[in-house]
Amino acid sequence: MTPALRGPRGIGSAASDFVGIYVLKGARILGAAATDLLVEDGVIADIGQAGRRISRAGAELVDADGLVVLPGLVDLHTHLREPGREDAETVETGTAAAALGGFTAVHAMANTDPVADTAGVVEQVWRLGREAGHCDVRPVGAVTVGLAGTQLAELGAMADSAARVRVFSDDGSCVSDAALMRRALEYVKAFGGVVAQHAQEPRLTEGAQMNEGELSGVLGLKGWPAVAEEAIIARDVLLTAHVGSRLHVCHVSSAGSVEILRWAKAKGWNVTAEVTPHHLLLTDELATTYDPLFKVNPPLRTSDDVEALRAGLADGTIDAVATDHAPHSHEDKDCEWDAAAMGMLGLETALSVVQEAMVETGLLDWAGVADRMSTRPARIGSLESHGRPLEVGATANLVLVDPAARRTIDPFALASRSRNTPFAGATLPGSVVATFLRGRPTVLDGKLQ
Amino acid sequence: MKPHLLSAADLTHDDALLVLDTAEELARLADRPIKKLPTLRGRTVVNLFFEDSTRTRISFEAAAKRLSADVINFTAKGSSVSKGESLKDTALTLEAMGADAVVVRHHASGAPHRLAHSGWIRGAVVNAGDGTHEHPTQALLDAFTMRRRLNAGPGDHQATVGTDLAGRRVTIVGDVLHSRVARSNVLLLRTLGAEVTLVAPPTLLPVGVDVWPCATSYDLDGELAKSDVVMMLRVQRERMGDAYFPSAREYSRRYGLDGRRMTMLPDHAIVMHPGPMNRGMEIAAEVADSARSTIVEQVTNGVSVRMAVLHLLLSGDPAAHEATA
Repeated sequence: MTPALRGPRGIGSAASDFVGIYVLKGARILGAAATDLLVEDGVIADIGQAGRRISRAGAELVDADGLVVLPGLVDLHTHLREPGREDAETVETGTAAAALGGFTAVHAMANTDPVADTAGVVEQVWRLGREAGHCDVRPVGAVTVGLAGTQLAELGAMADSAARVRVFSDDGSCVSDAALMRRALEYVKAFGGVVAQHAQEPRLTEGAQMNEGELSGVLGLKGWPAVAEEAIIARDVLLTAHVGSRLHVCHVSSAGSVEILRWAKAKGWNVTAEVTPHHLLLTDELATTYDPLFKVNPPLRTSDDVEALRAGLADGTIDAVATDHAPHSHEDKDCEWDAAAMGMLGLETALSVVQEAMVETGLLDWAGVADRMSTRPARIGSLESHGRPLEVGATANLVLVDPAARRTIDPFALASRSRNTPFAGATLPGSVVATFLRGRPTVLDGKLQ
Repeated sequence: MKPHLLSAADLTHDDALLVLDTAEELARLADRPIKKLPTLRGRTVVNLFFEDSTRTRISFEAAAKRLSADVINFTAKGSSVSKGESLKDTALTLEAMGADAVVVRHHASGAPHRLAHSGWIRGAVVNAGDGTHEHPTQALLDAFTMRRRLNAGPGDHQATVGTDLAGRRVTIVGDVLHSRVARSNVLLLRTLGAEVTLVAPPTLLPVGVDVWPCATSYDLDGELAKSDVVMMLRVQRERMGDAYFPSAREYSRRYGLDGRRMTMLPDHAIVMHPGPMNRGMEIAAEVADSARSTIVEQVTNGVSVRMAVLHLLLSGDPAAHEATA
C-alpha cells in the first residue's frame, strides 16, 4: 500500500485519525423511540438508554429530533463510469451522489472503458474511491474478458488484488453461455465470490426498446419480454443448485422472476436478488411520452409487476434494493427513443423512492428498509464493516434521514455529473440529513462535507 | 383538431370527417386547368425525411405546392445523421429557418412525437411514417379511397361528403407487427365506424393485439367472403431470416391474395395496397391490376388528403383562429 494514499479519509485509517466526536440528539434508531447516540473514534461509542441523555465534552451536537437512524446504505449496483465515460460520471461525483443519498458503500460495476476485468482496473477504481473519500467503493469484476461472454476474466487475480473483489458481473450484458456461467459459478467458490447475473436472454431481446406488452405493440417499440429475464433466472438458479455456488440476480423486474426466486429460495438454494427503486415505482406507461428518460434496461414493466416486486421485497424473496445508478450524458438522452442510452440515475433518490413505495404503503418498516438497503446487500457483497447492527462498539457507518421531509427533485441540483433522473419534478418523501462513514460525516445538514 | 398530426388516434370522428370532406373539396381542384390555391402562400412546409420514401415525399410536396406553400425538402438519410442527436440539431435548424410545418418521416418510432413535444420547434408536425408506429396520412387516404368506392356510385364523389365507414368490414392482411400503416388504419377505421380484422401468421401479430379495437384471425380464406375491403400489407422477404415464416412461397400460399382468393370476395369488394408491392408475394399481378384494385387511386387520393391536412393544420378555419386569438 502506498503511504501517500493513506489519509484521514482512507480505509482502515479511522482508528488512527481523529474524525470528530458527535452526539446525535434525539435520533430514532430504525424508527424506534428517540435517544442520543455518541459517535467517537469511528464507532458508536454510546447509546442513551430510556431517556438518558448523553453529554460529552468537545462533542459536536447534531439535532436529530424526529430523524431516523439507519446503518449506512450499501448499493450493490452502481455505475460510476470511470474510467472511460468521465463526461457522464466520475468516481468523485458518483460517490458524492452516493453519500448524499445515504450510502456508505457502493459496488462499482465493471462495464467501464477499459472494462474492469483485470486486477489493474479494479485497483484503479478502488483507489479513486479512497481518494474521493465520500463512501467506500467496492469494484465489481467482470466475469468475462471485455464483457464479451466468451472467456473467463482473471477472477482470482481480482479477488486477490487490493480491491478484494467478491462480486463479479458482466452487467449490461448477460452471461448467456450456460457452460460459461456454470464455470463462473464454480470458480468463484474458491474465494467466496458471487456471480451477479444481468438476466437477459440476448436472442429474445435483440433491439429491444421497452417492456413487451400491450403498450409496445401500440407504440411500435420493439418489445423486451419478461420471459427473456425469467428464462435466464430459471436456468441460473438450477445451475447454482447443481454446482453448490452463490448466485445474485441483478435488477429483477418481473412478477415471474419473483416467483422463480421464491421457488429457488424455498429449495434452500443460495440465491439472492435485488430490485431497483425505479422498478418499485414506475411503469411502462411512461414510454408513451417517448421521452428517453424512461428508457432503462431491464425496462419499466406493468403495475402488476410493480406490485409483485414490492411484495417480493417485503417478504424477503428479493433481498436488496440496488440503484443501478446509470448516469448518461445529455446527448445520449436528448434524442429519439431508439437512439437513446438505457439507464437512470438512482443514488440520490433511492431512499426516498423506497420510502414512497415500501414504507408509506406499510410494506416495510424502517428496520426492514435497513435490512434491504444495508444489512443484506453488505452480506451479499461480503462487506464486513457495513450493514452491522446499530449497537455500541459498531463501526459508525450511519445515515440520518428525515422521513417527514418532502422534496421536489431538481436534476440540476444533483451531485451526479448527469441529469437523467426519471423523477425530475416529482415530489418524494424523505431526505438524507447526515451520513457518517466510520464516524466522519460525509454529509451534514444535507450538504456534502 | 390538435395542432399536430402524430397518430390516427389524434383524430376524433368529427376531425376525420373534416379532413376527408376537405380533401374531397380540394380534389375538385385537380379537374381544373389551374390546380393551385393561394391558401398557404408565404408559409413554409419542410419535408424532413430520415428514411427513403420517394412516393410519400412527392405526395406531400405536391400537396404543399398546390396550396402555394414554400416547400423545402430535407433528406437526411445516411450515416452522418443516423445518430439521434441530429434530429434535435436538424429541428433547431428548421426552426431557425421559420418552418411553419414539418412533415417528418423517421426510422425511429416516436420521433415525430419527440419533435412536437421537446420544445425544439414551434411549427406543426405531421407524421409521415415513424418506425413501426404510425402513418396517419396513409390511413386517411385509405379511408378516403374506401369512402369513394363504397359510399357512392362511380364518379359521384360529392355523395360521399359527410359519410363515414360505419359497418364496413375491412380485412388487413400481412406483417402487422412491423406495419405503421396497419396501426394507423386500425385506429382511424375504428373511429369511422368500420369493423377491422387483422389477418396474419401469429408471428407477425404484435403481443397485446388482443386489446386493439379490432378482431384478429390466422385464416385468410375464412375472412374474404365477408370483407368489403381487403388491404394487403407489404411483406419484406428479409423477415424470413428472422423466422417469422418459413419461406416466401409458404407465406404466399397461406396469406397471399391470388386470383383464386379474389373470386371469394363479394362483388363490390375492393383490394388495397399501400405500396410498394411485392407482386407474386403478398399480391398476385392479376389482382393488383384488376378492376377491384385501388392502388393507383390511393396515390392520387394521397395528394388530396395531404392537402387537407396541411390546410387544416396551417390555416385552420376562421372560427378556430378567433378562438385562439
